[in-house]
Amino acid sequence: MPAMFIRVDMTREVAGDRELANKLAEVCPVNIFAQAPDGSATIVEENLDECVLCELCVQAAPPGGVRVVKLYDGTVLER
Amino acid sequence: MRFYEFECKLLLAKQGVPLPHGGTANNPEQARQLAAELRGPVVLKSQVLSGGRMKAGGVKFADTPEEAANAAAEILELPIRDQLPVCVSVEAKAAVAKEYYLGVTYDALAKKPVMIFSDMGGIDIEQVAEEHPGHVAKQHFSTLIPYTDFRAKELLASLGITGGELTALTGVATKLVRLFQQYDMTLAEINPLGKLEDGSFVVLDCHLDMEDEARERHQAVLDELGIKPDETRQGRPPTEFEIRGAQVDAVDHRGVAGRVVEFDGNLGLVIGAGGGSLTIFDAVQKYGGKPANYCEIGGNPSVNKAMELTKLILSKPGVDKIAVIMNVVSNTRADIVARGVIKGVVESGHDPAQKISIFRIPGSWEADAFKILGKYGVEYCDRSVSMSEAARRAVEKTGT
Repeated sequence: MPAMFIRVDMTREVAGDRELANKLAEVCPVNIFAQAPDGSATIVEENLDECVLCELCVQAAPPGGVRVVKLYDGTVLER
Repeated sequence: MRFYEFECKLLLAKQGVPLPHGGTANNPEQARQLAAELRGPVVLKSQVLSGGRMKAGGVKFADTPEEAANAAAEILELPIRDQLPVCVSVEAKAAVAKEYYLGVTYDALAKKPVMIFSDMGGIDIEQVAEEHPGHVAKQHFSTLIPYTDFRAKELLASLGITGGELTALTGVATKLVRLFQQYDMTLAEINPLGKLEDGSFVVLDCHLDMEDEARERHQAVLDELGIKPDETRQGRPPTEFEIRGAQVDAVDHRGVAGRVVEFDGNLGLVIGAGGGSLTIFDAVQKYGGKPANYCEIGGNPSVNKAMELTKLILSKPGVDKIAVIMNVVSNTRADIVARGVIKGVVESGHDPAQKISIFRIPGSWEADAFKILGKYGVEYCDRSVSMSEAARRAVEKTGT
């Protein structure tokens, strides 16, 4: 079942940055980010609704690199 | 968690509480040998966790070893409330002159442990309290200050106990309190405590309940008693629904969404927080509702856990609606529970607006929770609506 409450967007630059991908996987407390075998960042779809809106991913990425969208009211968490 | 009577007596023996001579038997031959060693009339008791053994035929008397073997054979084959005994106790039949009651438990209203004494033992203490209130004495005590002989004597003397009887009963009472505190019991009860014809006292039957959460603290004594970690020790075997509830809880370490108890009603309950489960369950019944289950949710469970619990409850035949009600939450997030419950309803193929009779979880992240609920058309309320009123509304919408 697709996520009902949360969507996370990240730019291609963020996804392709191995170091950043590792950092995102490390900071997310509910494992929404994972590192693919090639080192790029991927979104773990089944964990999206577990997002606790801590914004650690938003802070870890450069401005505009990661956006967290609350699908239930349209609010976007970004910097 | 409950203990079998023979285990209770082993724990009481550690405190030096006087017990009848005897032991346990796993087969008729062992019962015969025990009875022969005791050299006199014996009482044989089924070792099951449920009450009502006497009425069910789980307690028998025997005058000879042969009779004891026959009685043991019958008891060991007799299920009581669907439970076969783990063994049978064989004890010397005591020449009882009078029976007393001693119990220690927690008084939830006073928020203190309470010692209860009655000079009318052998029957339910609730019945004595109702029919003969003058024969029941209660005394609250502190868990911080040691319970002294003086305090015990105050309690016992309030029902007219004096002399040697007072001295003997004081020893039993203080030891029972010590056991209660040492092993984190929620109930420690000796009923009846028999006064024998020679003036001495002996424990005829007893009941101990240990706080489930304290099991790890007492692993040594549980190992000594041979109690395995996976033994639930409830009064009846868990139902399939309850086993699945425990599995939901075990999958994820975050929060609690287990302790599901099955009932036959039509209103599924997702309830909890600081004693909220009991309050809400009672309120539902007060307004004529029929709970399909009891449960405890709290400690900030994950979305997945709340979802799986919801799906489990909705999978139960006869459940028309669910009510999601908690006390004011601080560590549990209302929005996370809202996500989980709505997801569970949707994944079960239902419309949240129709299936959730009410959502009342005020507190942490309630603003986000209310937005989520609003989007799905679910009726919700904040802390200005009491848990009792929320339960009433749920019952009204679900029907009785």
